[in-house]
Amino acid sequence: MHETHFGSPRNRVDGRLKVTGAAPYAGEFTAPDLAHGYVVSGAIAKGRIKSIDTKAALAVPGVVQVFTHENRPRTAFRSNAYQDEVAPPGKPFRALYDERIVYSGQPVALVVAEDFEIARYAASLVRVTYEAEPHETDLEKVRGKAYVPPVKRQGISPPPKPRGDSEAAFGNSPVKVKAGYRIAIEHHNPMEPHATTVVWEGDERITVHDKIQGAQNSQSYITSVFGLPSSDVRVISPFVGGAFGSGLRPQYQLFLAVMAALELKRSVRVVLTRDQMFTMGYRPDGLQEVALGANQDASLQSIRHDLIANTSTWEDYQEATVNWSAMLYHCDNVTTTHKLATTDLYTPADMRAPGAPTGLFAMESAMDELAHKLGVDPVQLRLRNYADIDESTNKYHTSKELRAAYQLGAERFGWSKRNPKPRSMKEGRELIGWGMATGAWEAQMAQTSARATLTVDGRLEVATASADIGTGTYTILTQIAADALGLPMERVTTKLGDSSLPKSPVEGGSWTAASAGSAVELACHKVRETLFKYARGMDGSPLANADIDRVAFHGERIALISDPSRFVTLTDALRAGGVEKIEAEETAAPSKLTQMRYNSFTHSAIFAEVRVDEELGQVRVTRIVDAVAAGRIINPKTARSQIIGGVVFGIGMAMHEESMPDHNLGRFMNHNLAEYHVPANADIHGIEVIFVEEHDTLTSPLGVKGLGEIGIVGTAAAIANAVFHATGKRIRELPITIDKVIGTPEAA
Amino acid sequence: MADLDLPARQGFAPDASPAALPSEIPLTLTINGERRELHVRPWTTLLDLLREDLHLYGTKKGCDHGQCGACTVLVNGQRINSCLALAVSKDGCEVTTVEGLAASDGALHPMQEAFIEHDAFQCGYCTPGQICSAIGLVHEGHARTPEEIREQMSGNICRCGAYTNIVDAIEDVLAKGTTK
Repeated sequence: MHETHFGSPRNRVDGRLKVTGAAPYAGEFTAPDLAHGYVVSGAIAKGRIKSIDTKAALAVPGVVQVFTHENRPRTAFRSNAYQDEVAPPGKPFRALYDERIVYSGQPVALVVAEDFEIARYAASLVRVTYEAEPHETDLEKVRGKAYVPPVKRQGISPPPKPRGDSEAAFGNSPVKVKAGYRIAIEHHNPMEPHATTVVWEGDERITVHDKIQGAQNSQSYITSVFGLPSSDVRVISPFVGGAFGSGLRPQYQLFLAVMAALELKRSVRVVLTRDQMFTMGYRPDGLQEVALGANQDASLQSIRHDLIANTSTWEDYQEATVNWSAMLYHCDNVTTTHKLATTDLYTPADMRAPGAPTGLFAMESAMDELAHKLGVDPVQLRLRNYADIDESTNKYHTSKELRAAYQLGAERFGWSKRNPKPRSMKEGRELIGWGMATGAWEAQMAQTSARATLTVDGRLEVATASADIGTGTYTILTQIAADALGLPMERVTTKLGDSSLPKSPVEGGSWTAASAGSAVELACHKVRETLFKYARGMDGSPLANADIDRVAFHGERIALISDPSRFVTLTDALRAGGVEKIEAEETAAPSKLTQMRYNSFTHSAIFAEVRVDEELGQVRVTRIVDAVAAGRIINPKTARSQIIGGVVFGIGMAMHEESMPDHNLGRFMNHNLAEYHVPANADIHGIEVIFVEEHDTLTSPLGVKGLGEIGIVGTAAAIANAVFHATGKRIRELPITIDKVIGTPEAA
Repeated sequence: MADLDLPARQGFAPDASPAALPSEIPLTLTINGERRELHVRPWTTLLDLLREDLHLYGTKKGCDHGQCGACTVLVNGQRINSCLALAVSKDGCEVTTVEGLAASDGALHPMQEAFIEHDAFQCGYCTPGQICSAIGLVHEGHARTPEEIREQMSGNICRCGAYTNIVDAIEDVLAKGTTK
């Protein structure tokens, strides 16, 4: 067998562009007539704009126009015209729609000027008077008004139906734990702020460069909101400077930039400031309670997990948060609930593994509490209650090598050397804690189309409208395509992030590798068939009597597997066909039958070491081992990076990240990267990734399950459990900051 | 119901009668080896000059407050946050941006090579700043251990979380002693 690119570590194909600064992001496209828009953010959380005075701003030389709700050009009247591909149920927020203020930081004006500094200066001159109304941003205060969302969000499973009688079983359980858990609101904060450059092409035609995880999502939003034919709107976003979910839905700068460009009939760019990155979606606040009941033999008898999460007053945002507690372990009596309560904040947004790290922080902390109470090793407790099927839906798993993940992770970490007693491990002035948790995320495939074009110069181009937000999509699609036609990777070009390319859903949900990868492979195989037909039909073809399954595409040749000296080169085959190129477009879709019978998840066993200086309350996460079972790995190098990145996100969730609202003002106060802490280099120590061998023939034709999210899931729980092991202090509210480490009493 | 009369969240009192725009000031910079005679307004940062006037978009704006490091460039060989430097304050300086690191024949700088080899980036947005910062760090000569690299690279945030690979890349360059 030839070595395939699939399964081999490969450097990123877009690496050179990124290390030389040549990769263009949304706010870096330009045009000769480019004007710059600067957003004016509202100052109150709720009420109405009484007056808005733009005279001083308009008087600044170089200011082109100031848009407010008073002079906003007409856009679609019906609110459902503003719904995008991943919108939750409700009426989407519409910037500059009317005088109503519905959250703090809401855009109230857009100043457009000849250059950036003038726009920024003029924006400071816009004077707004408000009539404020009482607001509520504190979820605790509205928990009594929580409701079950009447309309389910598409693509998000609601909590499964209860099974058994969790209440009675809890009552009868000899060993019980029950506690409340909470995480902090987190903002995505990709390094690239949200930005849109609209290039005016004349005749009402625009090319839009938007920070978006799916160019076609922005395109359909624009055509729907502004009533434009799709032929007049092209969205091109080849590079996205991180998004983590914040780029799934079109953000308000897209609306503002397109509105201004259409009205002014010129090119306009709008880039948000870092503080405005806190005026959009976030990982929601959630009040959680988990109750577990078990027998002395460590078998789970009852699981209950309740959640009240915040949403906005205009949309019912939902994510799968408690569902994990119903599927992860064998248990006959399970109840999970998910309610919402509205606060006067923006609608939450999907953020890396939406729901799972929130729900599993609570559930996996509770499992650790139960293990401690039972006097059972935390890994053993999980193995004792291992679920062989998904009991929440009574479906089989397409594959589940979680048992191996526990074993390999524990071995690599050295878990057997753990003294189970809290506060028992110490080095110098630091307490050492070892904790672990389970992670799970959906492995999905979504219908995706791709095109493959082989030209007579021996170059192959593959294309789909999906995106690479740093995930490595360009690289893995290049690997798959190169393998399919036996080309070196340098001969393959992958195109992404363009609404004119074959249809793809947004890049998200960890489905892109399986979905776009399968589509690219199908399209390449179609090209292969045509090519083989030409090769076989050549006069005196050495492949004349061969079937396609008897030949190998390798080294830019089609050769007989049994006798590689009998071959036709790809370019000879193309010439024999008398064509300049072979092009094929194919669509890959998940199997409906498989989906009816099976559920598919990636799993992980994550082990964490912390060192705690108790006098200072300082916690360092010194070591992480994450054993991941996620089917076949296309590129071990970029795959490892994705898991490391997810783990770092999880360390941020556990230790640093917290958007702090001032409930009197109804506004996040730490809206910058100095006060909203994300992990810095010095916060991150050893992270080891193990990919557990897992054969999965059902999730996708490639055997791939996806890696974008699983790295974060379980990380915060493993760290909190390690902090307990180090200190005997059970911290149930994230992030684990110094005040909590010092202020939490040791558990009884 | 309170009536509020507020400046729109810009943080400083609005100027009732804006004066004419400040005039432009002549400025000489050597950018990536090329001497440039420029005219800029005093409010223009080095970062905005590079990006908006000179279209050198390789240098990134992540926060505009000196908190993220995405805008790191080398000024007279030292790493600085270009968002915190007014362009006029750098008259006569030599500025090196990510676009100026590779050799004229296209050969990458060893730090760029190491970043690719160690997969020290994902989305790529912080990468030019990380690379300029790493080159500055090597020149400073203070970092010897991974612990010191981590500490001295902590002004450059990577939200994709490529830190361990960034440290590996820098260690590699330090070990080979190949940086210019």
